[in-house]
Amino acid sequence: MPLSPEVLLLRVHDALGDSILNSKIAQGQVTIEVEPADWLTVCTTLRDTPALAFDLMIDLCGVDYSAWKDGNWEGRRFAVVLHLLSVRRNHRLRVRTFCSDDELPILPTLMDVWPAVNWFEREAFDLFGIVFDGHPDLRRILTDYGFIGHPFRKDFPVSGHVEMRYDPELKRVIYQPVSIEPREITPRIVREDTYGAG
Amino acid sequence: MADASTEIRNYTINFGPQHPAAHGVLRLVLELDGEVIVRADPHVGLLHRGTEKLAETRTFLQSVPYMDRLDYMSMMQNEHAYCMAIEKLLGIEVPERAQYIRVMFDEITRILNHLLWLGTHALDIGAMTVFIYAFREREDLMDMYEAVTGARMHAAYYRPGGVYRDLPDTMPQYEVVHRKNAADLRRMNANRQGSVLDFIEDFSKRFFDRVDEYETLLTDNRIWKQRTVGIGVVTPDRAKALGFTGPMLRGSGIVWDLRRMQPYAVYDKLDFEIPIGRTGDSYDRYLVRMEEMRQSNRIIGQCVNWLKADSARGAGPVIVENHKVAPPKREAMKSNMEELIHHFKLFTEGMHVPEGECYAAVEHSKGEFGVYLVSDGANKPYRLKLRAPGFSHLAGLDEMSRGHMIADVVAIIGTLDIVFGDIDR
Repeated sequence: MPLSPEVLLLRVHDALGDSILNSKIAQGQVTIEVEPADWLTVCTTLRDTPALAFDLMIDLCGVDYSAWKDGNWEGRRFAVVLHLLSVRRNHRLRVRTFCSDDELPILPTLMDVWPAVNWFEREAFDLFGIVFDGHPDLRRILTDYGFIGHPFRKDFPVSGHVEMRYDPELKRVIYQPVSIEPREITPRIVREDTYGAG
Repeated sequence: MADASTEIRNYTINFGPQHPAAHGVLRLVLELDGEVIVRADPHVGLLHRGTEKLAETRTFLQSVPYMDRLDYMSMMQNEHAYCMAIEKLLGIEVPERAQYIRVMFDEITRILNHLLWLGTHALDIGAMTVFIYAFREREDLMDMYEAVTGARMHAAYYRPGGVYRDLPDTMPQYEVVHRKNAADLRRMNANRQGSVLDFIEDFSKRFFDRVDEYETLLTDNRIWKQRTVGIGVVTPDRAKALGFTGPMLRGSGIVWDLRRMQPYAVYDKLDFEIPIGRTGDSYDRYLVRMEEMRQSNRIIGQCVNWLKADSARGAGPVIVENHKVAPPKREAMKSNMEELIHHFKLFTEGMHVPEGECYAAVEHSKGEFGVYLVSDGANKPYRLKLRAPGFSHLAGLDEMSRGHMIADVVAIIGTLDIVFGDIDR
């Protein structure tokens, strides 16, 4: 059976020491937050410490916190969240770091730690514009060839900026500004904690 | 006039995006040295619909049908992971009957997926018959989907808190068509006389023989072995480094199955085995998946028994009673104001998921399908990240196909079992 989250967190503390900014256990899952400057060393330690042995990189994704609770976010905007799994020891860990520069978020690549991050870093670059320094092939991956912008940022509209159609006169496919207006059927609401209690 | 010092350039070809063996819209740029692959560069994203972004603009319930359209070959398993993530954040317990129904349909889905994989993989390599055989059984499985949800594929059956409704008491039957005579009709409807559970039980009894039948077509087939043995070999260490999960990891000999290692739903109460491969080639992964179908069938049998026993002692609920999460009963809604308000609020504003984040993963047919859900307490997800198993597997294609012949790429794509719905999301 997997380790209890408390024991896992203790072992992670033993291995990483002061690199952990803060940690949390919720729903039985352990999350730690580290500084972007420590990103590469922390990840290497997590993989190489025998008691932790995070040998499988499950997921790496970007998160844009700028619209958190309708824009009440103080702090840095872009986070990169890494989900790790240890097949050998059967436990999981979530590691988060906030990129220091909101205008040009940069992190070192983890290609040398887990080769599996290759496409995941390309995806975070494509969708959020987070640059992974040292990545050998940081191209866009999911969006169209020649796409402009980073669509999963919160300030990018769901309907996008351009639409594509076939132009019978030019006899080719052209891009033009979108003609549809974005509409919201169900508004996004954050209720106060006591809502509905009576 | 070319002389001996003429530069020899590698040949680059486009494979897809409209290629029958590309399993969807894969554009693969292959760099060839003669017929040998030097580099394979998959271009994905041609089916990118931005599901994760769309989910941010919809209530939690409205995104359930999007999950079906991710990996459109393992619909209900995707829903399962998504519902589990919401349930974890809400901190609700799913009724046991719903858990068994979910597990049963997860395994039905796994067989559905593996049958399609088997059929198309064999078709790519040149065996036509297997495809037809596999689709015969898929038809029965999709009838189960249809009987329970009304849809053959995109079911939207799992809901946060349980499943949409209990299993129906009757199985739809074939109707009279002028081409079919009465005797044919009786034969076709013979196993549809009872409930849906009876139909599933009948299927699970005959399916073991059917798997044996597929195996007689392929397992000792000389051509099949020539095309798959030693093709796309992945060592255990490389499989982990490349982020492989599911049959791709087990094919390389690593015993790892979330259903056993980190059990969810009721998998800890069920008896099944985890097949693993030895050499990590395409043939081993084929054997692993074939055995997985048998094991899935065993699980289905156990679930049917439990559900029948549960029905006999008066079936329990299939969705939670918490009306902030699940809608009230239709009759109650029509007669009770409180229930009417709950119904209205749930389907307009939707449920509010407490602030927090969680990751829920299921052992999907293709590997580990995970949902990372971040909520800021609103009625919509703040960020939804879908971890698709095929994404890592396809990223490994370059390494797996280097040094192989161009025809082997097709066999390797087949063994990856990729579906673009979940790679591109």
